Amino acid sequence: MNDTRSILLTGVGGQGTILAAKILSEGLTRMGYDVKMSEIHGMAQRGGSVTSHVRYGSRVDSPVISEGEADILCSFEKLEAFRHLGYIKPEGMLIVNDLEIYPLPVLIGQAAYPDDIASVLKTRHERFQLLSAHTIAVKLGNPRVENIVLLGAVAHYGGFMQFSWEETIRDLVKPAFIDINIKAFYAGAKAASASFGGAS
Amino acid sequence: MKQLLTGNEAIARGAYEAGCTVAAAYPGTPSTEILEALSQYKEIYCEWSVNEKVALEVSGGASFAGSRAFCAMKHVGLNVAADPMFTIAYTGINGGLVINTSDEPGMHSSQNEQDNRYYARHAKLPLVVPSDSAQCRDFMLEAYRISETFDTAVLFRTTTRVCHSKSLVELHEPMRVPQRAYTKDLKKNLMTPGNSRPRHVDVEARLVKLAEYAESTPLNFIEEDGNTLGVISTGIAYQYAREVFSDRADYFFIGFSFPLPMKAVRKFCEVHETILVIEENEPFIEDEIRKAGIACLGKDLLPACGELSPKIIADACSHLPEASTYAPSVHSDASLPPRPPALCPGCPHRGIFHVLSKQKNIVASTDIGCYTLGAFPPFSVGDFFFCMGSSITAGIGFKRSDMSCGTETRGVFAIIGDSTFFHSGMTGIADAVYSRTPVVTIILDNRITAMTGHQHNPGTGMTLMGEQAHEIDLGELVRALGVREDHIRKVNPNNLKACSEAVNDALIAQEPFVIIARVPCALLPQVRKRAESKWFQVDAQACTGCRACIRIGCPAITFRDSAAVIEPDICAACGVCFQVCTFKAISMGGNKT
Ligand SMILES: Cc1ncc(C[n+]2csc(CCOP(=O)(O)OP(=O)(O)O)c2C)c(N)n1
Repeated sequence: MNDTRSILLTGVGGQGTILAAKILSEGLTRMGYDVKMSEIHGMAQRGGSVTSHVRYGSRVDSPVISEGEADILCSFEKLEAFRHLGYIKPEGMLIVNDLEIYPLPVLIGQAAYPDDIASVLKTRHERFQLLSAHTIAVKLGNPRVENIVLLGAVAHYGGFMQFSWEETIRDLVKPAFIDINIKAFYAGAKAASASFGGAS
Repeated sequence: MKQLLTGNEAIARGAYEAGCTVAAAYPGTPSTEILEALSQYKEIYCEWSVNEKVALEVSGGASFAGSRAFCAMKHVGLNVAADPMFTIAYTGINGGLVINTSDEPGMHSSQNEQDNRYYARHAKLPLVVPSDSAQCRDFMLEAYRISETFDTAVLFRTTTRVCHSKSLVELHEPMRVPQRAYTKDLKKNLMTPGNSRPRHVDVEARLVKLAEYAESTPLNFIEEDGNTLGVISTGIAYQYAREVFSDRADYFFIGFSFPLPMKAVRKFCEVHETILVIEENEPFIEDEIRKAGIACLGKDLLPACGELSPKIIADACSHLPEASTYAPSVHSDASLPPRPPALCPGCPHRGIFHVLSKQKNIVASTDIGCYTLGAFPPFSVGDFFFCMGSSITAGIGFKRSDMSCGTETRGVFAIIGDSTFFHSGMTGIADAVYSRTPVVTIILDNRITAMTGHQHNPGTGMTLMGEQAHEIDLGELVRALGVREDHIRKVNPNNLKACSEAVNDALIAQEPFVIIARVPCALLPQVRKRAESKWFQVDAQACTGCRACIRIGCPAITFRDSAAVIEPDICAACGVCFQVCTFKAISMGGNKT
């Protein structure tokens, strides 16, 4: 019986998906799962779209998530959520950061950013939460911890909240930013539980 | 202890545990992080070599001296290093030597998807192919044993998904491997024709022994449970195959892929009704199996182009009852705007490209680096490249064609980054000077190898091991190569007027002309820090909505309600937008909070 579960994080280069995926996979490892994580960097830093695949279970083979296979899709940016929608399971959880980052073709007027992506996503996918991670991060005092706010939401929907995340976060972020990242993590988890109910 | 490591980190760990003492590499996705990880072990000498040929020669020399040595490169890098590799294949080694090639099916950051497994057959070197991080570590240790047992360099081949995926790795204590004695042995180490001829015979004999080893190596293994479907696979494709066929198939994993264990393969095929060979890109293993007269499925079902995935395999094999099924693809709207990589806010390449985009009668022979992005809108400056370093030399040929045929007066510009210039651009300048060809070379000296994530190079003054180094001065260098002093121009690429003047002077030059555009990469920590409190702003009243600033393609500038807006958090204060605004609507902002 294959019990592998899949979490896909998507976003734009520079948003911190890679660190979020790193903390998530390290946490899952410490929970005792077999874990595989895959990501594509390279051109990523230049503002291209980036994805991190995290898979865990008793034995994981492929590090790559196939379409229609993600239990959780967490997108750090709205357009990227739309782009990667095909990856989520019909019953999977879709978490989307309420943030628009215009890609170059939009900036230079060669393409239009789609209108009201959130409403479209809502009609396409039932289990959907829009989260203003940016606002939460700014309230905490550092917009750069947006990624960890989103990670907190992922942990909530993944059902990982019994695990104590402090130590994993402490081991993986820069010493000066440990406290704010821990706060961000729990703020994200709380925002997720407040607006959508308990984890499945 | 078990640790979650990327394939690249695990390769570094393997080299460390195997007692490697000298390692050299030139960066290139997806191989770069290996040397970055290896350089954390302070007892190992690690260097960023100027190119891959140099990296292999450095590690080859270290092997001759008696060290266990290692070199790493991306797939196309092995083309550059092919010359020494083919002859090291004849000489053999003293200390163990492993050559890592990181291939890129899917071309996430590459210009082609050549399958370097063929190099093993071509050069007659043993080939090791891991499929996850644990194997990366384990196979490195075995690769050194193979190298020293059979007196041969070993080709170690990974792909992006192995390099950049994390999985659990069991760590062990490093071995202490003393330097082997060096004995002068011309017959083996000096490949003049008289010495090479008998060595070729030795190489053929070595292949026979390696083929015997292939039959018993732990790098190949069979997982059998009486299924009628037998899957033969290698690399990441094996992990995908396990995902798709689970315990409904038997598996022959081939981690030692050249020479192949043909006896064991034949036996495996005899006891299975259907044989399916699953490998990414070329039918490297499949061709050998077919050549042995064994019927199998493989590339008749699976694509040779691009990466595989569990879903691609499952869809291609849907007629096999053993295959899992995946939900059909839901295509999200094709009309979504793409998100291609773009020059960063504050990128020092932007100014030069803006200036060149105004020139109507030029051809830009470009090269590989962040600045390749200049070829795309809004600049569209960049016509072609072949490989790293081709800008200047292809430019010479282009110009010579124009001159020979007497048809064209277009200016030919070669655009090349600092790291690329050291890699393989210096010979181009020598050729331009020697041939007196009036090409204009623009060296975009952003003081770092940016594309691959900020590696040092001979111009930055630092080494991979964190030591200070001599900084090779590009101006002095091109002058020493023979470019006339008055044909060398140093400009600040964020100063559009200076760039324009240099370009105009260059256009009328009758001899090789070099413009060195020097400003550090905007992502370097010290540059970020300097820009932290600075930003530009748009006066919405003064803005006429002409969009001139939009046309510099800066991610910090958007157009809203008929005026441009600069995002202060994103702005890196390079000032290029300020210079293109003819209505004085852009000014320096106050302090960011
Ligand atoms: C033979 C070869 N080796 C390595 C690479 C990978 N690679 C692509 S661009 C690049 C470095 C570019 O650095 P630089 O010339 O300084 O330009 P920058 O990215 O800083 O603008 C490297 C190493 C390659 N494409 N081909």
